[in-house]
Amino acid sequence: MQQLVEDLLAGNRRAAARLISKVENDEPEKRELLQEIFPCTGNAYVIGVTGAPGSGKSSLVDCLLQQMRSENLKVGVIGVDPTSPFSGGAILGDRIRMQDHALDQDVFIRSMGTRGSLGGLARATREAIQVLDAFGKNIILVETVGVGQSEVDIVKTADSTMVVLTPAGGDSVQTIKAGIMEIADLFVVNKADFPGTERTLTEINMMLDMKEDDRWRPPVVRTVSVRGEGIEEVWNSLQEHRRFMEESGRLLEIRRERVRRELTEQVEYLVKNRIWDRVKEQIEFDSLVEKIVLRHRDPYSAAYELLEKIDFYGEADKEGG
Amino acid sequence: MEDRTIRVLVAKPGLDGHDRGVKVVARGLRDAGMEVIYTGLHQTPQQVVETALQEDVDVVGLSILSGAHMTLVPRIKEMLKENGLDDVLLLVGGIIPEEDAEKLTSEGHADRVFTPGEPLKKITACIFDWFKAKPGS
Repeated sequence: MQQLVEDLLAGNRRAAARLISKVENDEPEKRELLQEIFPCTGNAYVIGVTGAPGSGKSSLVDCLLQQMRSENLKVGVIGVDPTSPFSGGAILGDRIRMQDHALDQDVFIRSMGTRGSLGGLARATREAIQVLDAFGKNIILVETVGVGQSEVDIVKTADSTMVVLTPAGGDSVQTIKAGIMEIADLFVVNKADFPGTERTLTEINMMLDMKEDDRWRPPVVRTVSVRGEGIEEVWNSLQEHRRFMEESGRLLEIRRERVRRELTEQVEYLVKNRIWDRVKEQIEFDSLVEKIVLRHRDPYSAAYELLEKIDFYGEADKEGG
Repeated sequence: MEDRTIRVLVAKPGLDGHDRGVKVVARGLRDAGMEVIYTGLHQTPQQVVETALQEDVDVVGLSILSGAHMTLVPRIKEMLKENGLDDVLLLVGGIIPEEDAEKLTSEGHADRVFTPGEPLKKITACIFDWFKAKPGS
């Protein structure tokens, strides 16, 4: 076993940080490292926190940290902020609201830039969760970037998803639109001391009344995070949802679905790599491109032909990843 | 690994409530393609070091306008070392008299000190040059 993994399992925070960097930077040993930590994962419960920019996600995470720590739970936090499509840089500012917990040895906070991913999470958020899971965290809070309507990758990653809204977020049509309003296991209306709160609550509830699946009706909780109001209720609702997920078998169901997806992605990744390795070895890809540009060929038949020519089994035992 | 993203923590240690400058620097580093972690005002040296550790940053930039740099910088440098983070580039920016700046760098408490009026490009160039020369990068 690699030293870094051993250190991680022994509870070394620096090892956890280094490992997350390695998976985030897609370093060559990434797969091997993830392979080694995998047997130690699957114990953490993952809670997603999503919502518009400035709705109070980080502040709510901070409040929740306090609740969780009072029950002695070990918590990992992953805060995602957007990467610039122009420079590749990012300002990662989720920690600003969480600095009260900076010195708590049982809280580990990591900021990530999206690095090109568009679904509200970073490219390597899922792998970072695995690292913190193996690190022994009981709960992992994942804060998405400030989202609009359709960045809903969190629902594929989290066991419970909490959607944070603020009062006066448009008319009632907004609540019946597809996307973000469909993924909540819990709605939080933060800044509930602002005008428009009652209407927002009513509109969410009306939308929920129309929902046909009645196995779980997402609670709608009002909070004022700066004053800590409503936080206990949020925490209770999250725990209630977790009980529902566990007792109804739903948790197993979504985790199975997640594994299915991950395995599919891994296979596709390997197949893709193998194909491109062969293409680079065997075929004049660039000359084909030129022919298509000059309209001497079309990309559809050319792609077919490329695949036909590849000898997949020539070196079939060679590792393709 | 040459083209991997450089991660920088910019921090305001101590009792100093002015963050305009540090935000300008953070923005400049962002535009130079770096990931900048900003943690807000009034950080203790412990908080700065623990954040650097968890975020696995390459660079720590301290903004100090309070005059406490001769206490804060050596303390943070020392704690970085204690936590095995000696390979982190430690930069300081702020209102720092020349003789203090000289002392901080010559005694090894900081790698470089930037004072008011220095162009952002100088800071980013300093980071890029260091990163390129760094073993294993």
